Amino acid sequence: MGQFVFKLPDVGEGTAEAEIVAWHVKVGDLIEEDAPLVDVMTDKATVEMTTPVTGKVVALHGALGDMAPVGSPLAVIETEGEGDSPATPPPALRATSPIKGEEDVKAKPNKSLLPLHGGGVGEADGGGLPAARKASEPVPRISDAKPLASPVVRRRAQDLGIQLQFVPGTGPAGRISLEDLEAYVETPATPIAKGKAARDGVDDIRVIGLRRKIAEKMQDAKRRIPHFAYIEEIDVTEVESLRVHLNAGRRADQPKLTFLPFLVRALVNLLPRYPQINARFDDDAGVVHRHAAVHVGIATQTPGGLIVPVVRHAEALDIWDCAREIARVAAAARESKAAADELKGSTITVTSLGPLGGVATTPVINHPEVAIIGPNKIIDRPVVRDGQIVVRKMMNLSSSFDHRVVDGYDAAAFIQEIKRMLEHPATLFMDPA
Amino acid sequence: MSESLTCKVLIVGGGPGGYVAAIRAGQLGLDTILVEADRLGGTCLIRGCIPSKALIHAASTYASIADEHTARMGIMAGESWIDMAQTVRWKDSVVDKLNSGVTALLKRARVRIVDGWATFQDGKTCTVETAAGPVSITAEHVILANGSVPVELPFLPFGETVISSTEALCLTEVPKRLVVVGAGYIGLELGSAFRKLGAHVTVVEATETILPLFDHELAAPVARWLKEQGVAVHLGARAKGLDLEHGETHLIAEDQAGDILRLPADKVLVTVGRRPNTQGWGLEQMAVDMVGPFVKVDDRCATSMKNVWAIGDLVGEPMLEHKAAAQGDMVAEIIAGQNRRFDPVAIAAVCFTEPEIVSAGHSPREAQALGIDVLTGVFPYAANGRARSMEAADDGGFVRILARKDDHRLIGLQAVGGHVSELSAEFALALEMGARLEDIAGTIHVHPTLSEAVHEAALRALGHAIHI
Repeated sequence: MGQFVFKLPDVGEGTAEAEIVAWHVKVGDLIEEDAPLVDVMTDKATVEMTTPVTGKVVALHGALGDMAPVGSPLAVIETEGEGDSPATPPPALRATSPIKGEEDVKAKPNKSLLPLHGGGVGEADGGGLPAARKASEPVPRISDAKPLASPVVRRRAQDLGIQLQFVPGTGPAGRISLEDLEAYVETPATPIAKGKAARDGVDDIRVIGLRRKIAEKMQDAKRRIPHFAYIEEIDVTEVESLRVHLNAGRRADQPKLTFLPFLVRALVNLLPRYPQINARFDDDAGVVHRHAAVHVGIATQTPGGLIVPVVRHAEALDIWDCAREIARVAAAARESKAAADELKGSTITVTSLGPLGGVATTPVINHPEVAIIGPNKIIDRPVVRDGQIVVRKMMNLSSSFDHRVVDGYDAAAFIQEIKRMLEHPATLFMDPA
Repeated sequence: MSESLTCKVLIVGGGPGGYVAAIRAGQLGLDTILVEADRLGGTCLIRGCIPSKALIHAASTYASIADEHTARMGIMAGESWIDMAQTVRWKDSVVDKLNSGVTALLKRARVRIVDGWATFQDGKTCTVETAAGPVSITAEHVILANGSVPVELPFLPFGETVISSTEALCLTEVPKRLVVVGAGYIGLELGSAFRKLGAHVTVVEATETILPLFDHELAAPVARWLKEQGVAVHLGARAKGLDLEHGETHLIAEDQAGDILRLPADKVLVTVGRRPNTQGWGLEQMAVDMVGPFVKVDDRCATSMKNVWAIGDLVGEPMLEHKAAAQGDMVAEIIAGQNRRFDPVAIAAVCFTEPEIVSAGHSPREAQALGIDVLTGVFPYAANGRARSMEAADDGGFVRILARKDDHRLIGLQAVGGHVSELSAEFALALEMGARLEDIAGTIHVHPTLSEAVHEAALRALGHAIHI
């Protein structure tokens, strides 16, 4: 007589555990090879498991509704032949991956497999387990009974995040001792058999403070403004080359240039010709205030959430001062040190996620402004230039406009001019014609 | 401007759930405030378990002076009477002693105590109306331990004649005629005590059975005692209201046949259950989920709101002191960062009727409903030497043990008989430790004690009892 331990096989790509939904046998049943044994459900499907051996069911592990990890023992079947799990596990038996082992089982039912508890691996491991365990035999538990364990063992299992349902017990009636639990935890060959505790509970986060402010502003902007988005790709190879060149030769007192000051430069050069875009729309009063100054809002991620500090009179700043000012207001916002007037009065907003910029975005306008400009990620792309495929640094520019006061034609023309200017960066620094 | 306090843990309710949570939190070094409007100790200590057991003890002592057992032992007493006012003073002294003990334990654990009624404004803030004015308390964690209150029947409002268990424990005169509405354990414990004190007691119960918490076999010896003592128990009878006409008070009830019962009553004790105390302290402001009348919690006693915990009677059956205390202890440890789950195998329950009942784990009927094949061993106290020596062998008492047939694991232990409530410890321990019949059989039980019957019941389930 031998024992065969049926372990939950890998039931599908990436499945770590499955729910036991139906037992087709009970303890004491005689079953034939290929007879249905148990139904398990993964997040993909319900699968009927059949027994690869003929014999008598002597133990079932896991009650209906339990989550069984892949590789955990589900049933113990007493077979006529040698079985896979001799009454006393041979000391040298080395447990292999339970999942891999399962495939072998189906082909060769008599092949030695992992014994029900970790005791069999003791000697091969260098005697890491108590000596008494080597001789002890796993005692089958009854399937529908709770695991048998004293309060101290249950407490320890909670600390370890282990479901006792899957811990083999060596005591009478399958009682799990503290040693059984420790051995289960330490058994290196069966990491997958560790019971995973399901996580319950919902954290209720009250939307307060800055988060409420952000929520209200976003809701207000989306409710009031009929947004339209316009996305164009820009070849930034030249401007990037200029940026790298300028950074390489900058003086110690000069800030490191990012892409943003160049974009702001393009905006301040072009906005005088598109006054409807550099504006604040008081929609309650029905008045659009077109501003001569360009106060650029810089969308900034802070620990508390999104804040938009303002670079004032960007039209009066050279590229270095602009870079310095962007860095300063963003840092002030992140450190909650921004003055009140540094957080309001912007006439247009730039929102850049930097390396996280993605391919395209549909930014939400910072009401009461009427436009928001969002550079996306810069990436090397093959493009066609003069009939040749060449690698260029490409960047998309995703912008949204308030369609009530900005016509699509004007917005498109504006973005195309930005594109032209950025693709010929010398023009950024020429006086407007 | 009211005083305002902040703390790590705010516990509302100084009953056995709340004060245990507070002491444990204090032990773990958590900054803890406990709010209680009444006296520390809660229902259990102030107007429940402890005073009722004191009263029951006094009643049994008084009754034993002149009963048949005493006479059989050759003890003859002269005329005896009871000074009920003194009995109540004595009972109060017992309560006072425990109350001051709890206060001292809390102080030693450095728990701040705020006397007053707490009303919550939101999940983490409450205002307490103290004698010195309102105190506002804000906490990181809140443990709700508000307990339960007796259920009042709309047609029998509590007052001079109609009383709850609280008032019954403070009566300075034994009512001549006491009608008990509701034959649960509270009603029968107090009804039996007043019977022993000399009251003429009648019980009205709407269902078909007394002591619904226990099965028929366990309740039968109690029914027998009530009958012997002349306590009429009207099962299937519904109380309707009071009739105050003709200068005499009657409780009106309707029996199964539709006949009207007129039961003369000096006092009517209404014990139809307890309900969680969920009103009048701002629970509705906290927006926690409910399940039926109870606050919904998971197996960590966490409510639907983060860091708001609820324990004891507020969160469901069984409404028992020891469950509340265990939950309080657990929640304090969880707040201190430990991993805990409330997963007892059994919560034993006792009933101090005549005779006493104790039950832990599954009854035979529950086991059957769960489809578990069981071995049952019953051993009668008639065959136990200690019971016989205490005149406790002839009240129909027994110990019953239930184990799974397949692995002999114990799943239920019950007993009925004189003094059996103390067996609850062995019952609960056996179940928590996962004992099998052989474990009980292999443990030498002291002779001569009532616990020998537990040993014999296990042997009997295994088929080889000695003394029967």
